[in-house]
Amino acid sequence: MNNVFVYIEIEEQQIADVSLELLTKGRELANTLGVKLEAVVLGKNIKALAPELAKYGADTVWCADDEIFAPFRTLPHTAVMVGLIKQEKPQIALFGATPVGRDFAPRVSSALHSGLTADCTELVIGEHKDPKSGKEYDSLLYQIRPAFGGNIIATIVNPECRPQMATVREGVMRKEALATPAAGEVRDIDWKPMVKDTDLAVRIVERHIEERKINIKGASIIVAGGYGVGSKEGFKLVHELADVLGGEVGASRAAVDAGFTEHERQIGQTGVTVRPKLYIACGISGQIQHTAGMDGSAMIVSINTDPAAPINKIADYAITGSVEEVIPKMIKYYKQNSK
Amino acid sequence: MAKQVPDTRNVGKDAMTPEGTVNRAALAAIFNPEDLNALEMALQMKDQIANATVYVLTMGPQRAADIIREAMFRGADGGYLLSGREFAGSDTLATSYALSCALRKINPDIIVAGRQAIDGDTAQVGPQVAEKLNLPQVTYAEELVAIKEGEITIKRRLERGTEVVVSPLPAVITVNSSAKECRPRNAKRVMKFKYALATSEMAAADQKAQSFIEERPYLHIVEFSAADVNPDPEQLGLAGSPTKVKKIENVVFQAKEAKSLTGEDKEIEALMQELIASHTLG
Repeated sequence: MNNVFVYIEIEEQQIADVSLELLTKGRELANTLGVKLEAVVLGKNIKALAPELAKYGADTVWCADDEIFAPFRTLPHTAVMVGLIKQEKPQIALFGATPVGRDFAPRVSSALHSGLTADCTELVIGEHKDPKSGKEYDSLLYQIRPAFGGNIIATIVNPECRPQMATVREGVMRKEALATPAAGEVRDIDWKPMVKDTDLAVRIVERHIEERKINIKGASIIVAGGYGVGSKEGFKLVHELADVLGGEVGASRAAVDAGFTEHERQIGQTGVTVRPKLYIACGISGQIQHTAGMDGSAMIVSINTDPAAPINKIADYAITGSVEEVIPKMIKYYKQNSK
Repeated sequence: MAKQVPDTRNVGKDAMTPEGTVNRAALAAIFNPEDLNALEMALQMKDQIANATVYVLTMGPQRAADIIREAMFRGADGGYLLSGREFAGSDTLATSYALSCALRKINPDIIVAGRQAIDGDTAQVGPQVAEKLNLPQVTYAEELVAIKEGEITIKRRLERGTEVVVSPLPAVITVNSSAKECRPRNAKRVMKFKYALATSEMAAADQKAQSFIEERPYLHIVEFSAADVNPDPEQLGLAGSPTKVKKIENVVFQAKEAKSLTGEDKEIEALMQELIASHTLG
């Protein structure tokens, strides 16, 4: 009762990084509240994963082990999560803001009539006084997230309904194994009464997992290189910055035509249109054909030796300098300043 | 289901007031982009099924009728506007409750919606509506593979890959931006539907416009008030929203006027610190 739940996401028999990150955060929250941290795992042959979950702070590992839970399908996972939450009454339940978490956590919240805050960037325990009723709460979960296209940061609370539910994107929280983990207690979920036949009505008829493919359209951070990068060799730097920032590599047509990088990365009128949170244009002059495909980016940083390059007209920050000189500095100072 | 949203992607210089709050009036109100992908998928279903109709349901103020007209220009048969003060302050749960009440009344065979709206990015309303109506859901739909009586086959995007699923109908489908783009306006349809009005717009229009629409029922956009959809008032609006906004902080808004930086260490370090602090990075 009143514990902290973390839903553990399994991909190909591996625990998703975001789930370990949530356990680390969940451990911290549970310590603050003086309660237990409980992991919930649904899948096939998943019990072997329990020690790993204990290592990241889980006191209890709830398991539902059956082939109906793998691969993930919305309804069986929803049914079991709702059933277990009703049975155990946690005060907090956390999910990864992954395609899986974002698919079924809203359903769980809808079924329980409890609020769910998407894509939190910070979670802390704090007090709250309801401005209308004057009612005071001493330990609510502050769910902090950017909103309105990233122009505001909102702190959300869920005073009355339980559990307080939130999703968090991968890589937002840090993950840290405990120095001296306790042996987690493994418990079986009595799931059979929770799952109805109709929960199995959606069938997966084909599944195709791709090798990590280039996905610039969905990337929230894009580091794009232009003709000014100079060479295929120079593009390695662009890749390096993208890797460090957790972003994807894009390119202008001139860079693709010059053979510096693959065609799939081309952004602009004849390529892909992107709207990332951050677009770093490296050695891109900024012809309209290119900017048409990226001027919806929330923030644009340009690196160019020419201070009069057209890209600077739409950039938020225009760095005058060469790509070889500026990118290593960005990498260095990002590493020094990020957690 | 579709939503009219402020265009948060094209934030201009006047998008923030001098006090640093969001100036909603300066942001264009647009058809939520992924709802257009959803409209296209719905229209594809209509293309494949004889006598099928596509209606757009939106919740919002009177001006949200604009997106219903837009959908009609592109191929929708009509729409429903769910509007009223009772809905103000709704979080995703109260919104999906209100929409589910309207959907109970409309009783469609398939509900298609965009994956998420750009002003909230939560992707919650589709699945929450599905749960309220006790229907299966298929999220991140990318391609309509097949549709027949009582069953739909959809190719959906996974984090890394795709999956083809078969779902019984009725169901809720949410559509990704990677799905086919919406067909453009059709000139004939624009001519046909440009005088379409929602009930409250009709009431404010002149006699001539009113009788024009009364003679042409297809131009009437049905408007539902809260009372029309028989909700439990406790589950509507602010009262029906479990989540409360405790605090709002404005991110320092960067107007599109480039700050010039040199490549010096100090400036690059300050930039990286700022990008981290504003949650643009990390």
